[in-house]
Amino acid sequence: MSAMANPFPQAPATWRLPDRGKVAMAGLIIAESAIFTIFVVAYLFYVGKSLTGPTPREVLETPIFYTICLLSSSLTIHFAAKSLARERVGAFLGLWVLTIVLGGTFMYGTGQEWHRLIYEHGLTISTNLFGTTYYSLVGLHAFHVTAGLVMLSIVAIFAVVGRVQGEQSRRVEVLSMYWHFVDAVWVVVFTVVYVLGR
Amino acid sequence: MSSNAITIPGVQIDEKPWVDTLHEWVTTVDHKRLGVLYILYALLFLVVAGVEALIIRIQLMFPHNHFVSPQVFNRLFTMHGTTMVFFMGMPILFGFANYLVPLMIGARDMAFPRLNAFSFWLSAMGGFLLYFSLVGANGLYGAGNAPDAGWWAYAPLTARAFSPGHSTDYWTLALLVSGFGSIGTAINIIATILCMRCPGMKLNRMPLLAWLNLVMAGMVLLAVSPLTAAQFMLLIDRYLGGHFFDTQAGGSAMLWMHFFWIFGHPEVYVLIIPCFAFMSEIIPVFSRKPIFGYPVMVAATVCIGFVSMSVWAHHMFSVGMNSYANSFFTITTMAVGVPTGIKIFNWLGTMWGGKIQFKVPMLFCIAFLFQFLTAGLTGIMLGSAAFDSQLTLSYFVVAHFHYTLVGGVVFGVFAALYYWYPKITGRILNETLGKLHFWLFLIGFHLTFDLMHIPGLLGMPRRIYTYEPGRGWDTVNLLISVGGFIQAIAVVIFVANLVVSYFKGKKAGNDPWDAWTLEWATSSPPPAYNFASIPLVASRRPLWDLKHPEDPDSRYE
Amino acid sequence: MAMLKMKSWTLRFVAQTMLLLFWSAMAVWAIGPKDSSPHGTNIFAPASTPAKAISDLSVFVLVITGIIFVVVFALLAYSVIKFRGRAVDAGREPAQVYGSTQIELAWTIIPILIVIVLFLATARVLHAVQDAPQPPGAIEVTAIGHQYWWEFRYPKLGVVTANELHIPVSNPANPTPTFLTLLSADTDHSFWIPELAGKTDLIPNHPNRMWMDPLRTGIFLGQCAQYCGVQHAKMLLRVSVDSPADFAAWVRGQQQPAVQDASVATGRRVFESNACMNCHAVAGTNANGRFGPDLTHLMIRATIASGAASNTPENLRLWIQDPNAIKPGSLMPAMKLNDSDLDAVVSYMETLR
Repeated sequence: MSAMANPFPQAPATWRLPDRGKVAMAGLIIAESAIFTIFVVAYLFYVGKSLTGPTPREVLETPIFYTICLLSSSLTIHFAAKSLARERVGAFLGLWVLTIVLGGTFMYGTGQEWHRLIYEHGLTISTNLFGTTYYSLVGLHAFHVTAGLVMLSIVAIFAVVGRVQGEQSRRVEVLSMYWHFVDAVWVVVFTVVYVLGR
Repeated sequence: MSSNAITIPGVQIDEKPWVDTLHEWVTTVDHKRLGVLYILYALLFLVVAGVEALIIRIQLMFPHNHFVSPQVFNRLFTMHGTTMVFFMGMPILFGFANYLVPLMIGARDMAFPRLNAFSFWLSAMGGFLLYFSLVGANGLYGAGNAPDAGWWAYAPLTARAFSPGHSTDYWTLALLVSGFGSIGTAINIIATILCMRCPGMKLNRMPLLAWLNLVMAGMVLLAVSPLTAAQFMLLIDRYLGGHFFDTQAGGSAMLWMHFFWIFGHPEVYVLIIPCFAFMSEIIPVFSRKPIFGYPVMVAATVCIGFVSMSVWAHHMFSVGMNSYANSFFTITTMAVGVPTGIKIFNWLGTMWGGKIQFKVPMLFCIAFLFQFLTAGLTGIMLGSAAFDSQLTLSYFVVAHFHYTLVGGVVFGVFAALYYWYPKITGRILNETLGKLHFWLFLIGFHLTFDLMHIPGLLGMPRRIYTYEPGRGWDTVNLLISVGGFIQAIAVVIFVANLVVSYFKGKKAGNDPWDAWTLEWATSSPPPAYNFASIPLVASRRPLWDLKHPEDPDSRYE
Repeated sequence: MAMLKMKSWTLRFVAQTMLLLFWSAMAVWAIGPKDSSPHGTNIFAPASTPAKAISDLSVFVLVITGIIFVVVFALLAYSVIKFRGRAVDAGREPAQVYGSTQIELAWTIIPILIVIVLFLATARVLHAVQDAPQPPGAIEVTAIGHQYWWEFRYPKLGVVTANELHIPVSNPANPTPTFLTLLSADTDHSFWIPELAGKTDLIPNHPNRMWMDPLRTGIFLGQCAQYCGVQHAKMLLRVSVDSPADFAAWVRGQQQPAVQDASVATGRRVFESNACMNCHAVAGTNANGRFGPDLTHLMIRATIASGAASNTPENLRLWIQDPNAIKPGSLMPAMKLNDSDLDAVVSYMETLR
């Protein structure tokens, strides 16, 4: 009933379309970028407009070390994915776990900074406009890092029991796209909060 | 709807228990069934929001009427707008995209069937949450009910101080949840179109419906996300003591407006672009000619997609932006009218020289063309910031956007339903009832929405539960309300047609309209796997090439 | 249902043409300036320079869009009639035309040119209205939007009033326009007197500015145009454009403290010992609340409750007894006074001219 006789002289020799996992992840990244953009716009709009309370200059300390950790994790995950594509599962697992550790360190750093801001400087999300925009933006990013770490950990567990081989490398690449996105967002957040906003 | 049954003579096949059928439908990941679920869901909310509109119109029939209290009226217009945009417009268009895109590109399903199902159920949950507010939002002191801050929920009206109780929270959560569903579906559509086309279907051979849904999905990604962000900010303000929109702490009410309309304007193009797609598929078939100017139609749509992201503040011409900002948004708003207007000319060019068949889908399409022309022109009027300072926030705007949304989207959806119902169900909708539905709805629509421009020009603002007599608004409002009831009768006839034709309609066969795109190459309804073998195409109209092997399109493209 | 058996295209053409004629008639009726007192709310009956600039631009835009409408409507109608399929055509397809670059270029260029013209016309009016400098003779008013009433202050004249605005008529030879600064005490509102100016919003923490120079005396009506809560619909506006002499007299009256009438001492005592004075102000007395309208010269206003009811003793009594009877959801609480207190307070109010 749906047999279509092919009346045409030529079928295409190759018919290659993009990988749907990568296209979907690109779509997700576009949507997430739009969400982050709005929070960044709000942050920039409200710079200097707080009526009271601590200012960025007074309380912020640039997290150089933790930023290096997070950005390095992009390198480690890149090489991890490359290793898996070459069936070097041991190297993959080592680099993958290192990525998780670096990401976890970054989260620790964020937690430490927030602890200092809240208990030493009395800056909370409800203190003033700076507090609201700072915790929202950095917190949104931290949430995405956490979600990423959860996904990375799930893959690590599967890898430890031997279920991750070369044929899963495409999926691992899709996940690493997400991780690169999280790092790129941090570059923007870092610039906006710790450089421009002070 | 079970398209998997094969009748073998002499063999006893037991009737499947209804529980099993229900289970199949609830757990389906088949794009066709999810498409039908989206459409039925949207039609339910069309009726619900339509009833809300009728109550609004009864209240406004006479000045100082007391049919409903101001509190109820304010909830009604908020729920009507929110329901129609998010739980009627978006789902029905996602439903058609879900059903048609894989079939039209020769694929077996969407790229991510489970994500597809998850997105549908998220959207469904959103609708449920919104209406649960009617019983669940009471909070302390009974200070809450259905949302009543308007479907744009402007700050600071939505702050805890001015909206106690949980009505605003239900609005926010319902839209957050369905927003995630929309983003999921958009990702799915993009991945499907880019990654699942059948061999030979290069991007410039895709049906326009696929192209336009691709642009629509891209816009959803960029437009729904700002609303999601703004709603998180609103929740932070309401529950964590944040100050995003807290004017007492130096916050800005304008910021909400900007964020909302950065969503809100592309959103209306998200709603109309799939209807442009319907026009672009249906008008050629009933004019018996290919679409006039396929490449420009694609380019114009992509252009609309980009430019529409830059026009949002034309919803804010009265808020006190400076004259340079107002001028900027004037020029961008008028600019987006150019590619939109071009499309009308292309459809005109399609009909020109054709042999037009006035079947019911085509009647709705022709009405769409006249109505979208009018709506586009009132849009140009509204786009002039100076003229708009009188027109905005009045019934002129209400008339304009109902002209685009009812005269455009609803008419387009009706056309699509009449056109693809045979494919979905295997039966054709009754032509006589269809014509009755069309003419009644047309008369009611024009009575209501043509007249509605007049109170706007005479100074009647929107969102008022009653009005003063003697300003020239009285008779007009009465007639507008009458038109609403005529439309309601037409919709009742339509729903009856849907039901009756399902059981008694004429059998459709594969290709009742003698059309040219791939969905007509398979049975009606299609089997679960869509096509026995994946098609191979060489032109934009594969079935034209099959039916006219002496003069295929592939020779000219 | 014989109608349905007729050719659909005939019916369609007849219906569309009749609609077109009917709405043209309606448009002409609507657009025509109305002679009314008080003046109406017709945007095409401007009585002030900004409203007139907008109205003239609007007519220009309407003419251009009207021409586009007629041309495209005619083409659509023609194509639907001329190219209808006839029974004799069955089985034969028409010529399959895919497009035409020249035609498509033409119908792209022409709309772009039209857009440029409309934009330039608009930009000119925008600049003229929004960026107009304030001349020395201008009256300055600060309008503060509340849920659900209007507060008007004349800072240079020392006047505070509510809901009904008095401004002088402006002589083009020696203009005395009124420049308003728009503020809000709570949510968003919008100041709209259609015959005097386009609307401008009142947004908290975002002062706005607008002006109007009424060229005719009389009463001009309008109302809040930005949804602000339950009683948005009854936040009405009443602008009295007075001759220079009348305006000066009004100002002088407003600048006086409240009339002191010993015969209503009871009522005044009720007013000052209940919560009334927490919200309302009566100049020259202890009452200096700012949450509600200033009542010093209440009785020279034509309406109460921001236009929701006319200013009669009965309405005043009902309003004080139970505001929800007139404006359900209004923020004024029902004072729950007993009858004699209520009568006394109303008598006191009645002396505040």
